[in-house]
Amino acid sequence: MGKILVILEKNKNSLKRVSFELITAAINLSKANGSKVAGLYFGNAEGIPSLVSEYGLEEVININNSNLDNYSSTGYAKAIAQVATSESADIILFPANAMGSELAPRVAVKLNAGYIADSTKLEFVNNELIITKPIYAGMAISTNKILKVIKIISLRPKAFTAQKSNSSVNTVVKEFNTDINPSDLKVKVIETKVSEGKLDLTEADVVVAGGRGLKSADNFSMLEELASLLGGTVGASRAVTDEGWRPASEQIGQTGKTVSPSLYISIAISGAIQHVSGMNTSKVILSINKDKDAPIFKISDYGIVGDLFQVLPKFTEKVKTLKD
Amino acid sequence: MKILICVSKVPDTNIKIVVGDNKKAIDSKGIKFVLNPNDEFAIEEGLQLKEKFGGDITVVTVGDESAKDILRTALSMGCNNAIIVKSSTDIDSIQVAENLASVVKSINPDLVLMGRQSIDFDSQQIPSLTAELLDLPSVSVVSKLSIDGTKILAERDIEGGKEIVSSNLPCIISFQKSINQPRYPKLPDIMKAKKKTIEEINSLDCAPSVEIVEISLPDKKRIGKIVGDSDAEISEIVKLLHEDAKVI
Ligand SMILES: Cc1cc2nc3c(=O)[nH]c(=O)nc-3n(C[C@H](O)[C@H](O)[C@H](O)COP(=O)(O)OP(=O)(O)OC[C@H]3O[C@@H](n4cnc5c(N)ncnc54)[C@H](O)[C@@H]3O)c2cc1C
Ligand SMILES: Nc1ncnc2c1ncn2[C@@H]1O[C@H](COP(=O)(O)O)[C@@H](O)[C@H]1O
Repeated sequence: MGKILVILEKNKNSLKRVSFELITAAINLSKANGSKVAGLYFGNAEGIPSLVSEYGLEEVININNSNLDNYSSTGYAKAIAQVATSESADIILFPANAMGSELAPRVAVKLNAGYIADSTKLEFVNNELIITKPIYAGMAISTNKILKVIKIISLRPKAFTAQKSNSSVNTVVKEFNTDINPSDLKVKVIETKVSEGKLDLTEADVVVAGGRGLKSADNFSMLEELASLLGGTVGASRAVTDEGWRPASEQIGQTGKTVSPSLYISIAISGAIQHVSGMNTSKVILSINKDKDAPIFKISDYGIVGDLFQVLPKFTEKVKTLKD
Repeated sequence: MKILICVSKVPDTNIKIVVGDNKKAIDSKGIKFVLNPNDEFAIEEGLQLKEKFGGDITVVTVGDESAKDILRTALSMGCNNAIIVKSSTDIDSIQVAENLASVVKSINPDLVLMGRQSIDFDSQQIPSLTAELLDLPSVSVVSKLSIDGTKILAERDIEGGKEIVSSNLPCIISFQKSINQPRYPKLPDIMKAKKKTIEEINSLDCAPSVEIVEISLPDKKRIGKIVGDSDAEISEIVKLLHEDAKVI
């Protein structure tokens, strides 16, 4: 019987949200094929069991090796491949984010596995794992299968829902000793710069994104206000990041980030395909635009046709009333 | 400095997707194919490095005869040599990477540059696959690069911040938008590029590892409730978001 390995990723004192999404996706697969599920965690695993037990994860494999204190794609890939081999894992799930997207292909080569990136749905059909993935900027959907014994998939953050299990389980931590040494660290992170206090776009539940119609950097304070009210974060179109009104890291779309929040609010964004490809798997989309024919309305669940400078303050006010 | 730049041919994004008869690919009739936009950043970075350190640039693609057009675009921007590894268009990423790895071995460059992702399948895997096949270091989605002798420092975006990565040449690097502003080729250079010879190599025979079961168009299930800007209408949307959609 195989094993499903999920790669967990630290976020301050907890795990990234996507880690919990991966756990639920793996547990759902295990129900269909009877595999066991194990998480893989790098670093000091103290506190991790209490976080993941709520989600029904019974086993965490821990690699605590001082050579891997800092992320190194070559070092991590080698260690993950060693764990996968020793555990006979035949499905490995990575987050489709900065770390996972870089690591998964390396592990695939090491294990002679097949790899599908950025999946939004996984299911067994006639005992075969079918992997869904948006292609051509989300204008088409593909279903895929992996022809190799070992199957590696990266999952788009927020496309899968993390679910707590009904009864909390007892999670055991298993230490795994790797023989990673400095010569394995052909590339290595030497410094991390964290933007303090800012919720990451790809992990946010609500994204309030602004376009060229905002007219200035200052006007984004209106979006900041709504975002913080909804516990979300601010994003932008390329027109905005090109103008320098917002940092490049906030750009959503084909040459920016891909987001899939529960609620995406687009404000004065026309809805060019290069923008839409980065947000069209959002669960609910609300758009505010003064042009009733703006393409963004075609992919929206809700739309308000009007001048943002009139509509947005009223909208925010009403949300505030609702929250009180 | 010897630089190899890998480029891919993708459909222009402003196209309408039609699924082909076999449901395994899109119908390519009437579709305009272009140089993958992310690869323009790799080319520009390569040109700037060449201007700084000297050397030459080879550009390579794995694709069919029509992919020569994007090689000519790269040549017109200032790359020196071009190679096409002739293959069918339905090969998977590992097969592409195997072919690129074999070109890297024969050219032995100091630096291999790529785009962050091809905008057809957006899978962001060729740089890491190729690097692993060659046992080389790689850094993906780089927005700032500095090279000092054989040492490399690269900055890349991560969730909620940035990380600085160190490595050594030879190395594979993939770039994203904020790295530079790609130049436009000049008309005389476009003409010259048309006359350059493109070296042709046959692709290696390697087995696929993944298979497309079916391609379909997304079933649009958006509610599509679009209203005006009156007070009552805005209230209604807030109410729907709260009670129906349950997202606020
Ligand atoms: C290769 C390539 C890659 C690209 N990658 C990306 C990407 O990653 N992300 C991205 O976003 N774009 C990308 N683009 C650019 C994209 O094509 C569009 O140009 C861009 O998304 C437009 O941004 P916008 O919607 O903010 O601006 P515009 O298209 O100018 O739209 C502004 C909108 O605001 C509305 N508006 C103006 N004033 C008001 C007001 N007072 N109240 C209400 N509405 C108002 C207008 O009706 C209009 O619809 C890319 C383009 C290319 C060629
Ligand atoms: N067929 C190909 N030939 C040469 N280079 C490619 C090919 N496909 C992808 N690449 C390179 O790999 C990068 C990432 O592509 P991908 O992994 O397909 O998203 C691209 O930006 C190109 O630089």
